[in-house]
Amino acid sequence: MEMFIQTLVSGILIGGIYALIGIGMTLIMGVMKIINLAHGQLMMVAMYITFVCHQYLGLDPYFALFIAMPCLFVLGAAIQKYLLNPLLKVDSILPENQVLMTVGIGMVLTEVMRFIFHSDYRSIETGYSSTAFYLGGISFNLPMFVAFGIALLLTLGLFLFLLKTDVGKSVRATAQNMDAAMILGINAHWITILTYGLGSALVAAAGTLLLPIYYLFPDIGGPFTLKAFVITMLGGMGSTVGAIVGGVVLGVAESLGATYIAMSLKDAVAMVIFLLVLIFLPGGLKKLTKV
Amino acid sequence: MNSRPWVLGIIGLLLLAFPFLVPSDYYRHILIISLMWVVIGSSWNLLAGYTGQVSFGHAVFFGTGAYTAGLCVTKLGISAWWGLVLGGPVALLVGLVIGWICFRLRGPYFALATIAVGEIFRLVAIAWRDFTEGMEGILIIQTYRSKVPYYYLALLLAAGCILAIHLVMRSKWGYYFVAIREDQDVAEAIGISTFRYKSLSLMISSFFTGVAGAFYMNYMAFIDPHVVFSLHDVSIMAILVGIIGGVGTLWGPPLGALVMVWLQETFRSSFFGLLPRWVSEAHVLVFGLLVIFVIRYLANGIVGDWAHIKQLIFRSKAASFSTGGDRS
Repeated sequence: MEMFIQTLVSGILIGGIYALIGIGMTLIMGVMKIINLAHGQLMMVAMYITFVCHQYLGLDPYFALFIAMPCLFVLGAAIQKYLLNPLLKVDSILPENQVLMTVGIGMVLTEVMRFIFHSDYRSIETGYSSTAFYLGGISFNLPMFVAFGIALLLTLGLFLFLLKTDVGKSVRATAQNMDAAMILGINAHWITILTYGLGSALVAAAGTLLLPIYYLFPDIGGPFTLKAFVITMLGGMGSTVGAIVGGVVLGVAESLGATYIAMSLKDAVAMVIFLLVLIFLPGGLKKLTKV
Repeated sequence: MNSRPWVLGIIGLLLLAFPFLVPSDYYRHILIISLMWVVIGSSWNLLAGYTGQVSFGHAVFFGTGAYTAGLCVTKLGISAWWGLVLGGPVALLVGLVIGWICFRLRGPYFALATIAVGEIFRLVAIAWRDFTEGMEGILIIQTYRSKVPYYYLALLLAAGCILAIHLVMRSKWGYYFVAIREDQDVAEAIGISTFRYKSLSLMISSFFTGVAGAFYMNYMAFIDPHVVFSLHDVSIMAILVGIIGGVGTLWGPPLGALVMVWLQETFRSSFFGLLPRWVSEAHVLVFGLLVIFVIRYLANGIVGDWAHIKQLIFRSKAASFSTGGDRS
């Protein structure tokens, strides 16, 4: 029983970070109606930025949030402005051009990082990497707990932004109906750039928070892109609340799978959930909750 | 296909005579691999380019075909050549099941579902050691030392695949496929069972990809899950072959296969040893840049945008300028 609760707790904690990844993805998906297949790769870039900040500048990984997030915001906005938006004007047979483009972007990001940092596994040593505190016999890993807290704060901030500010309302309007939003005087072009930037910044935060408890190498992006996608499918496409629930569900399912089935099949658990959702609950949790 | 029969004839004769013209095993190997990619790229193109269902999971069918051939040896104790017979049908069955699941989704969501299926196959192939030998892979003994028999087999497969796709696309099915690509709802409304025809397209596509996989097993004599179920080296490569040559064109993927395999080899060997070694590490980077470039500037690939390219190169006022190419 204790093992079960322990597994559950670590699943929920990692789920908080997954939620952050998923929200970024679902924002982009909601506004642009495309799947960002470079999502995990963007996270990987943020992780390397944090790594460099820690290794060469001696910055605390949590402080590096303030560097990695703006950097990725700019990178994401540039990708949207110079690579994805121009495709809207190109006439082609396949409607999935933008998705294929993100595949190419992901490849380039991975390979550029491999060029600079090589394929070596890296991790950072902090004083608190393996610190834990106990609560009724259940151990809480400190960095994971802090990461969960920061993820929660960032999510709250995003909700305030989307619900209370004018720009946030414009983003939601564009997600609902781009043409109508443009008629109402919203600069949808600018909103797409902003959204991609925001999504990248959020996934950057997730990467930075993950670094103290995880390892890092250039190919780490691919699996996380898939996870982000599973989360968004689980939660319902374009639903932010769904992404949070989906992230936590995925985190718990992965920990349970790793504990009770086999460590090596941890990644397969996510894929199986994904297919089950597809077969039995197409549309995701959004269909049940309507939010 | 009928527009310039003599061009086809000359290319065909050159390909038939190739092993006698070029005695080097290295170049024969490159051409064999290219021909294999012609099969995979063309079958990907049938599903993605003609039917509009972009698959990111063709490694599933390739790997299934390859493992069918491999398991013929390790489990059934028969020759791996049986894989050429069995690989296609097994991959087709797998395709049928995958289609049943994934065709609930459209567009990009379908694409991502196929990625997930591909990953599941790879992870299961790694984990199910009793059946697939896991990461140790399957090693068999090549039947022929010479590359020539493999070359003619690959040529036969490639020609058969192109011919089959050409015939399918001229038939009623082909028109249905294109109708589905252009607008699924309209296709459904005028009475085309989109699910059935998407499945048909996937079945043909997975069949040929499976045969290519079985050929790979026989030719390379070694497979492991990371090689044949690879997302980057098989699924994405199939897409690259398709989009660089030109989606929705008959000759696009064959051209794309030649370009891609040649590029890959050039970079892997650091421009045949002329450039420093680090160049060989950059080949995936170049692929990525190529994807970005092609999608940005040649959205319909080399064949699809041929008129456009010609105009750019010769700066002529091509009177018969059309952006289409043969898209039928």
